[in-house]
Amino acid sequence: MGLYSYYSYGLPSFLFIVIALYLLFTGSGEAFNVGRFLEETSPYAWGATGVGLCIGLSVGGAGWGIFVTGASILGGGVRAPRITTKNLISIIFCEVVAIYGVIIGIVYSAKLSAVTDDLLYTPENYYTGFALFWGGLTVGACNLLCGVSVGITGSTAAIADATDPDLFVKILVVEVFGSILGLFGLIVGLLMVGQANDFQAASHVAATAAKAVVSPYVS
Amino acid sequence: MEALFFNIDNGFLEGIVRGYKSGILTQNQYANLTQCETLEDFRTQLSATDYGGFLANESLPLSTSTIQEKATQILVDQFNYLRGNAVEPLNKFLEYITYSYMIDNIILLITGTLHERDTHELLERCHPLGVFESMPALCVATTVEELYQSVLVETPLAPYFRDCLSANDLDDLNIEIIRNTVYKAYLEDFHSFCGTLGQPTQDVMQRTLAFEADRRTINITVNSFNTELSKEQRAKLFPTIGRLWPEGNNQLAKADDIDQVRAACETVSEYRTFFNDAGVSSSSAHGNGGIDDLAAASMLEDRFFRMEVFLNKQAFLQQFQYGVFFSYVKLKEQEIRNLTWIAECIAQDAKDRIQDFIPIF
Repeated sequence: MGLYSYYSYGLPSFLFIVIALYLLFTGSGEAFNVGRFLEETSPYAWGATGVGLCIGLSVGGAGWGIFVTGASILGGGVRAPRITTKNLISIIFCEVVAIYGVIIGIVYSAKLSAVTDDLLYTPENYYTGFALFWGGLTVGACNLLCGVSVGITGSTAAIADATDPDLFVKILVVEVFGSILGLFGLIVGLLMVGQANDFQAASHVAATAAKAVVSPYVS
Repeated sequence: MEALFFNIDNGFLEGIVRGYKSGILTQNQYANLTQCETLEDFRTQLSATDYGGFLANESLPLSTSTIQEKATQILVDQFNYLRGNAVEPLNKFLEYITYSYMIDNIILLITGTLHERDTHELLERCHPLGVFESMPALCVATTVEELYQSVLVETPLAPYFRDCLSANDLDDLNIEIIRNTVYKAYLEDFHSFCGTLGQPTQDVMQRTLAFEADRRTINITVNSFNTELSKEQRAKLFPTIGRLWPEGNNQLAKADDIDQVRAACETVSEYRTFFNDAGVSSSSAHGNGGIDDLAAASMLEDRFFRMEVFLNKQAFLQQFQYGVFFSYVKLKEQEIRNLTWIAECIAQDAKDRIQDFIPIF
């Protein structure tokens, strides 16, 4: 255990310190520059990462929930076959979580439209890129946790139903409330990009401003 | 956090074992069984339960031992199914459950060898859950010395035997001492193994094992009154786990009669009730303490079984932990004892004592 924690905590921080000191003492300390990183990264990169996180985390959550529930339904269904059809509801609740992710993914990706490079770096486009990234992360994280919670309650519902059929409806209520959590993420995710426009090419007046914003490293 | 990952490996088996548990006989079914006039009726009643037609192919004069054997066989089949589907660490956990039966089997073989009986006959009488592959190899041994060596080589129990005993200890006088020493080592090992399994399992299993340890401690104390067992020897047999440990164990090691045992158990509120009536009866009839202690001990034993059933039922209240596997085996074992008792009462026409079983659900 001791050796393990040395490697998991000690090694990364040691490497980080070595690299930071190397940059500092070789006169390139400015290479680590958050502002420049934010400016130079293409809004497309932010937007596309956001869409990817949104759908990826949502599907991850749904998949996680389905296996937790599914394993218990399979096991419980051996002695009480009647639970299998009823408990498909739990699976559907998990599945819905992935669908939330898909919906948001579609809405977000509609904002991505092709703009040439030198006309891309306008404040509006930066905003769209950041909004898509953080919105996608919000939706993804909400759906991941929602999927896990629905999955675990679903597994309990299956086990309880196999023992005593009266319990099914009661636990299902808990599960329904769990599945609503994902909806909250969906709503907030939609609101976050409500103000963001599609990617637009800079107009002629703004084009010089866009050129001014873009850093010399972007060719 | 256990809920996140438990089902990857064990979700299916947990569902299965909970399904098995739903098949445990209920109060109603017991009521029907106790109404039976003959063992054939008994069989008909049982065929309506989860046991199904397990006695269908038996020739008609049914004996209680057949019923017990067949019921045990069902448990063994279920257990083997679970074990066949288990992966680490559940596999190891299930193996630990079999160790307690193995200890009994090996002690049986040792006793057989000491009395120079044919140990092959004894193999039939071993508990099938405690059977291991190399068991027939143990029968080759003709002397205790050889047997001890082969136990060390052939069985998974070697660490328990090696640490507690040498071949010279194995003589007829202290066979019960050997059993208890080995069992003590087993309980402590199982307890610490459960400690490595993470939270809900640890919590549930250590509660059950703590009770098991306390039960053994009290039993050893009660049974050692008026015997040659010295108090130092007695103290060595107590498992160093459980809720009575260390203070209660210390008092029990010095106890001379059942009242002192009761005083030692005062500290644990659950155990206090065990001695309520037992204490009263022993003080009311002080003259013939020998017989009375016996009655008290048998009543105590009954209450221990009830408590065990209660604790094992509680294990099912927590999902995502291994305790259910252990508890299921123990509950089923109790059920088989109940069935045997009822069948025995029917066979011997002792209807007045037929209610003395321990209902589970």
